[in-house]
Amino acid sequence: MSTTTASTRGQARPESRRRRRVEPIFYLFLLPSLVLFTLAITVPGLVGIFFSFTDSIGIGDWEFAGLTNYIAIFSDPAILQSYLFTFGFSIVTVLVVNVIAFLLAVGLTSQIRMKTALRTIFVIPMVVSGIIIAYVFNFLFSNSLPAAGAAAGITWLETSLLANPDLAWIAIVVVTAWQAVPGALLIYIAGLVSIPGDVYEAAEIDGASKFQQLMKITAPLVAGYVVINIILGFKGFLNAYDIIVGLTNGGPGTSTRSIAMTVIAGFNGGDYAYQMANATIFFVVAVLISLLQLSLTRGRNTL
Amino acid sequence: MTTPSTLTAEELHHTESTPPGNGRRRPGLKVERVNWPGTTILVLCAVTVLLPLYVTVSMAFKTQGQAVDGNAFSFPAPFSIDGFVQAWTLTNFPVGAAMSLLVTAGTVVATIVLAAFASYAIVRNWERRLFRYSFYYLLAAMFIPFPVVALPQIQMTGRLGLDNPLGVILLATMFQLSFSVLLFTAFLRSIPMELEESARIDGATTWQTFWKLIFPLLAPMSATVGIFAFLYAWNDFMMPSLIISDPALQTLPVRQNLFQTQFSNNYHVSFASYLMAMAPAIVAYLFTQRWVMAGVTQGAVKG
Repeated sequence: MSTTTASTRGQARPESRRRRRVEPIFYLFLLPSLVLFTLAITVPGLVGIFFSFTDSIGIGDWEFAGLTNYIAIFSDPAILQSYLFTFGFSIVTVLVVNVIAFLLAVGLTSQIRMKTALRTIFVIPMVVSGIIIAYVFNFLFSNSLPAAGAAAGITWLETSLLANPDLAWIAIVVVTAWQAVPGALLIYIAGLVSIPGDVYEAAEIDGASKFQQLMKITAPLVAGYVVINIILGFKGFLNAYDIIVGLTNGGPGTSTRSIAMTVIAGFNGGDYAYQMANATIFFVVAVLISLLQLSLTRGRNTL
Repeated sequence: MTTPSTLTAEELHHTESTPPGNGRRRPGLKVERVNWPGTTILVLCAVTVLLPLYVTVSMAFKTQGQAVDGNAFSFPAPFSIDGFVQAWTLTNFPVGAAMSLLVTAGTVVATIVLAAFASYAIVRNWERRLFRYSFYYLLAAMFIPFPVVALPQIQMTGRLGLDNPLGVILLATMFQLSFSVLLFTAFLRSIPMELEESARIDGATTWQTFWKLIFPLLAPMSATVGIFAFLYAWNDFMMPSLIISDPALQTLPVRQNLFQTQFSNNYHVSFASYLMAMAPAIVAYLFTQRWVMAGVTQGAVKG
């Protein structure tokens, strides 16, 4: 108690705070997070990078292999395909999600009926487990959609989308978008309600049409939110795993295998070190995207 | 950190309760025309959101005979709870629910407490290098996707006897930590020092100040942090499926893969099981939607 009183007196004068001793209890506050974080994330991360330069299969003896794994990865069609698929899928999904979410947000902030109920409904997908809703969609894509396709006489729909190597990715985009729209939607709504009404009033007086108002006022003013949504979405989609497992499990063949699935498969496939090299490259890619995010959002602090 | 720091939870609540269109468009005109085409389109969109959920509920209440006829959209006739009865024992629902609850509660509580502790220490000792660097260190995990460190973590948790829900709590908490510390520190910086100093003059120790003054003040941020931790821990498939080695200790989302391999034609059972796993999060959301919406917006915009 006596130490507290001493430090209290010190804090009354701001200049002396700079030199005051740190109360030991603050170390206790910080320590659990630092220690657990180091054990749970830093150490495994470093171990993983270390083993990416070996020929370890996960257990038993290993030897240093230099850059062998990294060199092999760049000529491995399975890995290149997973990167191609994951990036292609992420770009398409980001576009789909943002277009839908933006339009829904414009609708939900206009003079509509049942606003609260509709908003409640649109956010539900966000709280649903990805793998479980993927199982539900799996049933719809495998049974209901082909039945509907047959009834309508659309040949390419008569077989399951999920069994078609060229079209299975569409199903994954649909389900991922179904779940990702709410998050983007809420951010767009926040952006739209932050635009003061008199801006529109002024535009109206100047004779701007509704469409012109949307393009010339709304769009530029929510541009910062678009950047946030694109980057948050893209980062999330690059890690795609649960929904793909529930829909196609990477198939047919390996046509919808994401980077995450390839890495995880390495654990059972015996190419532990090889997939750790893959994970390390994936990590570098994730860091680059995050740095891009920082540089893009830093400049928009005044939003 | 990134964008509108002016957007607080209170403001979001405020916009929620603002009457439709108020301040959005021509506030001067008294005539509020209802946007009926917009309402119609949004209602149709809401139907597509609800469709998979409707299918889940209706399939779950069907008899086995009706469930196999392949018509996903028909009403259950007659209503049957046979699916639930079978799913209850097949997936050992009580144990699965207990594991999910344990993992979720553990992750939520650990994330809030650890992140609040660390953030308080960091903000109050910002002039010290150790605390400043710790902040950047903890934040760095935002760059690391789980798949990157998953393989070494699987090995590590296995060796330490943490290949169980406890290990999932630890890892999930550590992955939530960066984002949560970011939110808490931003909020703590806005709390005036004077408030704390007056508590200290009254003789409170740092420990008491934290629990009696700081932690209650953090409540809105704790809600945001808790909501993100809840949604992640309750719905995640990837981490528990990889970390928990004993199937008897698996969480609800992971248990559902039972229906992908066996019993795959007992649709009424699988959908009843999906429903039981999804329902708690949806019901919780319906009761807390205001906080969820505000929290998600806040979190996404800040993070």
